[in-house]
Formats: sequence, C-alpha cells, structure tokens
Amino acid sequence: MVGMADSEPSSKCEVTKRHDPPMTSLPNGGPSKRQRETASRTRKTLRRRRATNAFMVGVLALSAVLATIPLILILYHLLKSGLSSVNVDFFTNTPKPPGETGGGMYNAIVGTLMLVAMASVIGMPVGIGAGLYLAERKGTKLANTVRFLADVLNGLPSIVMGIFAWEFLVKPIGHFSALAGAAALAAMMVPMVTRTTEEMVSLVPTSLREAALALGYSRARTAMTVVLRTATAGIVTGALVAVARIAGETAPLLFTALGNQFTSYALNKPIAALPLQIFNYAVSPYDDWHAQAWAGALVLIALVLIISLAARAATRGRIDLGAD
Amino acid sequence: MAESILALTESRQSRGSSTHLREHRADAPVDLPTRSRVVVEGLTALFGATAAVKNVSMTLLDRRVTAIIGPSGCGKSTFLRCLNRMHETVGTASVRGKVLLDGHDIYGQKTNPAAVRRHVGMVFQRPTPFPTMSIRENVAAGLRVARHDDAVRGTVEEIVEKALRRASLWDEVKDRLDTSAVGMSGGQQQRLCIARALATEPDVLLLDEPTASLDPLSTQKVEELVWELRADIAVVIVTHNMQQAARVSDFTAFFLHGEMVEFSPTAEIFTNPLDPRTEAYITGRFG
Amino acid sequence: MSQSTPPGRSDEAQSLPQPFDHGIEAAALRGGAIVDRVYDAAITFFALCVPLLLLLLIFEVGKAGWPAFQKFGIGFLFSSEWDPVNLKFGAAPAIFGTIVSSIIALILATPLALGVAIYVAEFAPPWLRQPVGFLVDLLAAIPSVVYGLWGVFVLVPVLREHVMPFLRDTLHLGGTPLFSGPAYGPSMLAAGVVLAIMVLPYISSVAREVLLAVPRSQREAALALGATRWEAIRGAVLPFAKSGIIGGIILGLGRALGETMAVTMVIGNRHELAASLFAPGYTIASLIANEFAEASNEMHLSALMAVGFVLFAITLLVNAVARWLVWQTASQARSAK
Repeated sequence: MVGMADSEPSSKCEVTKRHDPPMTSLPNGGPSKRQRETASRTRKTLRRRRATNAFMVGVLALSAVLATIPLILILYHLLKSGLSSVNVDFFTNTPKPPGETGGGMYNAIVGTLMLVAMASVIGMPVGIGAGLYLAERKGTKLANTVRFLADVLNGLPSIVMGIFAWEFLVKPIGHFSALAGAAALAAMMVPMVTRTTEEMVSLVPTSLREAALALGYSRARTAMTVVLRTATAGIVTGALVAVARIAGETAPLLFTALGNQFTSYALNKPIAALPLQIFNYAVSPYDDWHAQAWAGALVLIALVLIISLAARAATRGRIDLGAD
Repeated sequence: MAESILALTESRQSRGSSTHLREHRADAPVDLPTRSRVVVEGLTALFGATAAVKNVSMTLLDRRVTAIIGPSGCGKSTFLRCLNRMHETVGTASVRGKVLLDGHDIYGQKTNPAAVRRHVGMVFQRPTPFPTMSIRENVAAGLRVARHDDAVRGTVEEIVEKALRRASLWDEVKDRLDTSAVGMSGGQQQRLCIARALATEPDVLLLDEPTASLDPLSTQKVEELVWELRADIAVVIVTHNMQQAARVSDFTAFFLHGEMVEFSPTAEIFTNPLDPRTEAYITGRFG
Repeated sequence: MSQSTPPGRSDEAQSLPQPFDHGIEAAALRGGAIVDRVYDAAITFFALCVPLLLLLLIFEVGKAGWPAFQKFGIGFLFSSEWDPVNLKFGAAPAIFGTIVSSIIALILATPLALGVAIYVAEFAPPWLRQPVGFLVDLLAAIPSVVYGLWGVFVLVPVLREHVMPFLRDTLHLGGTPLFSGPAYGPSMLAAGVVLAIMVLPYISSVAREVLLAVPRSQREAALALGATRWEAIRGAVLPFAKSGIIGGIILGLGRALGETMAVTMVIGNRHELAASLFAPGYTIASLIANEFAEASNEMHLSALMAVGFVLFAITLLVNAVARWLVWQTASQARSAK
C-alpha cells in the first residue's frame, strides 16, 4: 500500500488519494502492515525519548540540589565556628592585642555602618537621579549610552574602584580616610541604583504621569510626588540590595579606608570595617583571631541577609539578589 | 434644537440607558448665554514626521458640550491632547498651528504648559487615581499648584466636598475620605478623577473616552455629570460611541484620517449630515 | 468641507463679557517652569555622572599605572619577572593565573548553573521555583571575604586531604601536568573552586531570566510537533536563548576575572607560571591586594596599578560583550512576541 506522500502530483492521483486512506483502515480490515510498523517504531522510540526526558529531568533536579549545597555548607560552618564568639563583648569591645583573648569588633561595626551610610548619602541621589533620567528619556541616545555604561560599570571588579579612589582621593590628600572608602563604595552603588530605579520607575503607568501633568503639575512635581512615590517600594528594594552588596565589600577599602584597630568617628582618618577586619584576622596566625574572624563573618552575613530579606519584603515576589 | 436631539435620542433608544437622560435634558437650560472659549486655527499634530491631526480649525463654545467622534486612529484623542498641551509630553510629538484660550495662544512663546493645564482640565480613558494618595488627597492633588486665589474659594475641605458633590460622588465616599482610592469601583474612580479635575475649577474640561472602561450604570452617571457641568464650563468629549455623542453634546465634530470632516450641531450631524463620509460613519457603514 | 464655526451660533457668541487674562503667560517664569528647568538639569547631570565616572576611572587608573607602562612598555604584559627589590616587573604570571582560575571556575560552574536555571525555569513545580531560585541567588549576596574565610578553613583542607590525592592517585591523573606535584592546599584549583561557587548565581540568574523571556510560542510549537519537554527545550528553547545564556556565562567570567578577596585568601600568592593546578599562583586582583600594603617604592606601586589597569581593560571588554549578547536576546524575544 502506497502512502499519501508517495502519490504523484497529478489530478488523477488526487482522486485516488482521496479514496485511498479509508481503504487501508476498513473496520474489518484492521490497520495496514505499514501502519503497524510505524506504530511499533513510534512506541519504541517514544520509550527511549521518554527515558531521555526523565533522565534529563533527574540531572537538572540534581544540579539544583548540588547548587544549593555550598550555601548550606557555608552557613553551617559560619554557625559552627562563629556562634560561640558572638557575645556582648563582640559588639561592645575593640580588638585586644594578639595573644590576649577576648575583645570584639565594635570599631569595625561602627566603621562599616558609617562607611555604608556615607556611601548611600553620596551614591543614592546620583543613582536615583540617573535612573529617573533613563526612565523619562527612554530611547534617546544619551539614555541608551548611560544604560549600557551603567551595566558595564556594574560588572567591573570592585578592586578597580579601590584603585580609582586611591589615585583620585588618597594620593592627592596624602592619607587614607573613611571618606575615600565611602567614595569608592558610592561609585559601586551608583550604577546598581541607577538600573533598579530605572526599572521601577518604568513600571509606573504612563497614565498616572499624564494624569498629574494634566492637573497642571510641573514635570518635576510629577516625578517627585507621583512617579517616585508610586515606585518607592521598588526603589527601596534596589537601594537595599545595593547596600547589602557594598556592606560586604573588602577590596576597595584596602586602598582607601585601610582599617583601624581603634574606634574612630573621624571622616578624614582611616577607619575600620567589618570585612577588612575579617580579612586581617583570617590571614593572621592566631587561633583566637580566627575565631573572631568567624564571628565577624557571621555578623556580617546576618547583616547582609537581613538587608536582603528586607529588600525582598519591600517588593514581594521579586527576587533580585543576583546579577540583575 | 432640543426637540431634534430628543427625537434622535428616542430613535436610538435601543441601548436602553437614555430614558433618564431625556428627562434631564428637558430640565436643563439649553439656551445659556455662550461665547467662544477656545479657538483652534490650522492645528496639525505630528508624531515624528507623521501627522495624526491635519490642519484642523474649530471654535469651542463656553457652556456647551462638544463631542468628537470618528473611527479609532482618526486622531480625535490626539486632537484633544493638543488642547491642553498633553500631546507634546510624548517623545517625538510636536504641534503646528494655534490654539487660543480666550484669545491667548496656549502655544505662545512665553506660555507655560503647566499653567495651561490648570485652566484646561482632562480626564482619561482609564481611571487614574494616584495609588499612594487617599480619596481626599486625590481630589486636592491639583489644588496646591492651582491658581493663587485658592484662599478665596474656601478651605481645602470645602473645595474637596464641593468637587465631590459636583461629581456626584460625595454621598458614596464622605465616610471614607482618608482611605485609599484604589479600593473604589471603576466608575467611582472615574468620577473621582472628574472631581479631581473640577477641584481646580478649570474653564474647559477635556474628556478622553471617559466611559470606555465603565459599565452601563457608571456610564450613565458620568453622562449625567457631563450634562450638569455644561451649566458652568466648556466640555469637550472624545467618544467612539455615537449614541453617547448624541446624548450629551450640543455640537459634534467628525474626524477621519486626521482631518475634521464635519462640525455641526449634534442634531444636524446625526439627522442630516452634510458629508457623505459622515453619513457613512454614523449609519454604521464603516468604523 | 470642514466648517470652523458651527452654523447659526455666531450671534450668541457675543453675548458674554470679553475674555479675561488667565495669566498663563505670566506664570511661565514663575514656580513650575523654573523648578522644571532645575529638575531637567539635575537628572541630566546625574545621568552624565555615569559616563563621567567611567571616564574618570579610565583616566585615574591609567594615570596610576602610567609610570610602569612607560618604563616596561608592552613587555610588561609578557615578562614573568616580578622583582620588587631590583624594580623589574612583568604581569605574565598574574594574567596567566587570572585566566586559568577563571576558566576552571567556568568549567565547574556553567553546567551546574545552567542545570539549575533550566530546572527552575522549565521543570520545577511552582512551589519549588521561588525557594530554589532564591537560595541560589543568595550565594551572590555572600560577601567575598566570607567565601575566602570558608575557603581557607574548610575548602582548602578538604582539597588537600581528599580531593587532590584522589585526583592524582586514585584516578591516576598524576601523570598529566595539570594534576601533578605536591598537594599544597592553597592553589590554583582552590581558587577555581571558590570562584565557581561565586559565579554560579550570576550565570544561573541571567540564564533563568533569558529562558523565562523565551516566548511561549517557541515551546508550544515544539511540543505540538510531539516533542517531549526536554526535546522542546533542547530543540527550541535553548537555541533561542543561546546568545543570552552565553552572555550570562561571559558575565560570570567578568566576575571571576576581577574577584579579589576570596582568591587572595586561597590561591597561595606566588609568582610562578606553573602548569599544575595543585601549585599556588597569583591572579591580577590578588597580586594587587596582597602587595599593595607592603609596596613602598613608587615603581612597585605603579606596577601594581598597571596590572590593575590591564584587569580593568579586560573586564571592560568582557562586560561590554556580555551585555551586548544579553541585550540582543532580549530584543530578539521582544520581536518574536
């Protein structure tokens, strides 16, 4: 029996073709040999294809499990090695000289909070302003260029920011300072906040913007009282994610804030920071300092996770801790 | 003229909701004194190099409702947005020609678009209450930027109440003025937007398909409202619904492909159109 | 055909007082207009800060490295000598180490990251999607120095005691240069493994987003032809998302190239061009971080900054390419919808 595909393209065959298929599957005749062969081949390959499908689903699920293992391991070790050293002293005392037990990281905690606060004060207005520009002038050449460059800046190593701030601020002034550290961190913040602000502002419907303009609002007032206010939750999330990221940065601070064994509140002096202190303690030869480093890491990660979770809560449903 | 509109409404009663309006119309003072309020001269509106509105000239009268009808994409909304300089807020948009508000060119060199919009209010197709503000704040949203004689017109409280009453929303919301506007129904939201536009006491109110997203009952309320507003100000309403134009307007302009084909008293345009294209449209032969 | 004034109404138009002045012109110079001008200027200024920042970065980092570039010329990139005492500097070992550690990271991380991304985007039951995605994304939130700490005290000992002997002796890979030599703990391999964990979330989150951006119609077309779900993904979804996924991988590469603290803590910090992954080495970033504090000589400092500039240039290029690829997939997906 000849299948349809084999029939010649003549009008006579058209007629034959139309009568052909019913002939092969007459109720009492059953399926043709060809049909039975095709069916059995389909069944066989289908079995294999289904097996491949199931196998791949298994492999993919396994990789999902594997990918979460490092996180669990890291958190486990942090708790195991760090928890015992996290006590009141840790939060209230400054470091003791090597060899003496006890002491804490009060200076580093204060330093980190100050650095992050200063960096936010410098970086956020610039980032939010640039993000507003990108959203309001969507499609213009400058907007496209700025968006692209912000993305590129976002991917630059943080150590480059450190070198930049060192050459730009530390070297001309002549000494390391908290301000230079904050500047380096702010430079990291700007492109991050720019992009999230743009995304969030773009989500505000045009109709709202138009409604405000139609009421006689100036564009500035529209942006401040309607657009930014409506996008607040999203912008806060973006800002918090940026804060969480710079709070854990070490490399830029090596060249700028330098670190300090004592508590300092001066902006023009070197200042301690939690990540810096963890690094210095971790590479030291003293067991007691290692324990302090673990405790510091635990506190740092708690800080970062709390900020991240707060960010997540600010806009439910959007996960955005990764590379945007 | 009122007669002929009545006749027209009656003949189109199949849609149902016009009985009530008819009574309204009978009560309404149809011969309020009027004068020209907005004069449009050779208006062309462009998106980039494409003209969406081509060389339109018309005069809008005070205390009259002017309807603009036409198939979608005919430029009627764009034309409306040129009357309060909203058109130019879109990226590549530009305008040529003149729009005179009481003799002053709103596209004049020294004219501030925001100032124009305070005098020419607008309500959009979709209700646009500000989600971060309460009902009260929404109505008062335009006040702080409005004319400097706010104080003369009473306290914010009084203005809000007056605006909500004019929008016949007061009784429905007076007990929850401080709750968010997002929880209201679509029809209420739209009337809130009208109240918001009225609070600043505009001279002209532009309505861009205000009932397109509303149910029949809400539509009727908005239409009644439009007819009441007619006692004080000039109203321009863009609609794709010819019955609506027939019900609420004194004059109707028919737009096609960016051009104004015909502009006549509503009764005349629906009973005796001058242009065959108008006739084709209102008898449902296209669009 | 158009009439500018409705007929029969012109007489009425005269019956009201003459138009009055609204002050729409006077208002032009007051309040709103000035605020708007300030606002425009402000956001334009802030937007310009971004390109300005990049230019400043290029200028300042270039300036810092300039003396070294001037002294050593192009040979700086190829010399493997690093002698702070005699002031002879060459960046080859650091560049080599940067590339090798990043490649190890990508080899280890890419399959896993794509696996998670495909699983979360295509197969995971809805209730599992968010948690798994979130857990993997959390990896990106862990500070570099914490990875370093964990690497030094947990990963490195495990590698030294178990993984390295296993690779070398049990699997008899000791004969190949890659897995030969004594098993130091801190090594290129350790750096590669830590980097792999660190870039995993970046690759997987980009890949996941690209996969989710693939139009439904692409999947459905394949399924309608009788494909299994895996076949639909392999045949229709992955090809569509390919350039975006590659963009994500390159983005991960950019992260790996410039990662500093974790690498500094586990790579062993030695100037050496060693073939074995068990041997310690240097990356550009770890070299700078490690020697900056002790560099007192101007030329030594400048040499460090010059290596920094090389890293800057490489990552700038890598990021630009990655962004372009991701952007291309996104616009392709938009046009297919």
